[in-house]
Amino acid sequence: MRKLTALIAGLLFGLGLYLSGMTNPAKVLGFLDLAGEWDPSLALVMLGALAVSSVFFYVARQRRTALLGAPIKMPTRRTLDRRLVLGSVVFGVGWGIAGLCPGPAVALLLTGQWQVGVFVLAMALGMWLFERIEARRLAKA
Amino acid sequence: MTLSPDFTPWASLLGGALIGLSAGLFILLNGRIAGISGLLGSLLAKHAEGRAEKALFLLGLLASPWLWSLFATLPGASIQAGGAALVLAGLLVGLGTRYGAGCTSGHGICGLSRLSLRSLVAVACFMGSGFATVYIIRHLMGA
Repeated sequence: MRKLTALIAGLLFGLGLYLSGMTNPAKVLGFLDLAGEWDPSLALVMLGALAVSSVFFYVARQRRTALLGAPIKMPTRRTLDRRLVLGSVVFGVGWGIAGLCPGPAVALLLTGQWQVGVFVLAMALGMWLFERIEARRLAKA
Repeated sequence: MTLSPDFTPWASLLGGALIGLSAGLFILLNGRIAGISGLLGSLLAKHAEGRAEKALFLLGLLASPWLWSLFATLPGASIQAGGAALVLAGLLVGLGTRYGAGCTSGHGICGLSRLSLRSLVAVACFMGSGFATVYIIRHLMGA
């Protein structure tokens, strides 16, 4: 059952991305380009998403277990550190270069544009590098 | 500031609500955060629990254009960046989201939904650097 709901949630996420226009990198860049002809669509995507998901999260935060029985894995870190800030800044630079972030990139991957394949391979390499660097750092410590 | 004719308030609001419903269902039914970079990253990590559920969420996301195309034609996706720029962008997005522990979905939607200060800071950082990057590329370099 949990596997089925995971699949359905993934499908819904993708349909939402397509409907909202966020699978079009040109539209995302239209939002990030404040000095050009500005397209505020992305802000409304966030607004629509938060209006719905915050209700679910409010309920989830009162509970220890999810409705299908598994423990609710709420993130526990509270510290505002350099990794959070620098990592997010670096992510934003990459986002601004191509107009792609992980969700839309995955949703577009099988639609046949080579550019998305190149981006996703490089993104996977970046994530793999992170795992390697972290493993080395933890081994030293 | 001028408003773009491409602005789609209703479709974006409704699409956003669907994304929010997905993230809401994933936390309440499965107990998991619908953060795409986190899901991808833990599939690439050596040890991670719940791989099957995470992979199935991503499979749904991968298959969503197929489901969409049963009912309507897929909207266009216009990518201007060239090969080298895409490689650089992908590397920065991969490294940055893993160091920053989240992306537009994990921090932007799930994190802000649970009023996380870390996520608010992360969103301010990646939006800020995103705005700055596009300003530099389009208005200072003129690309």
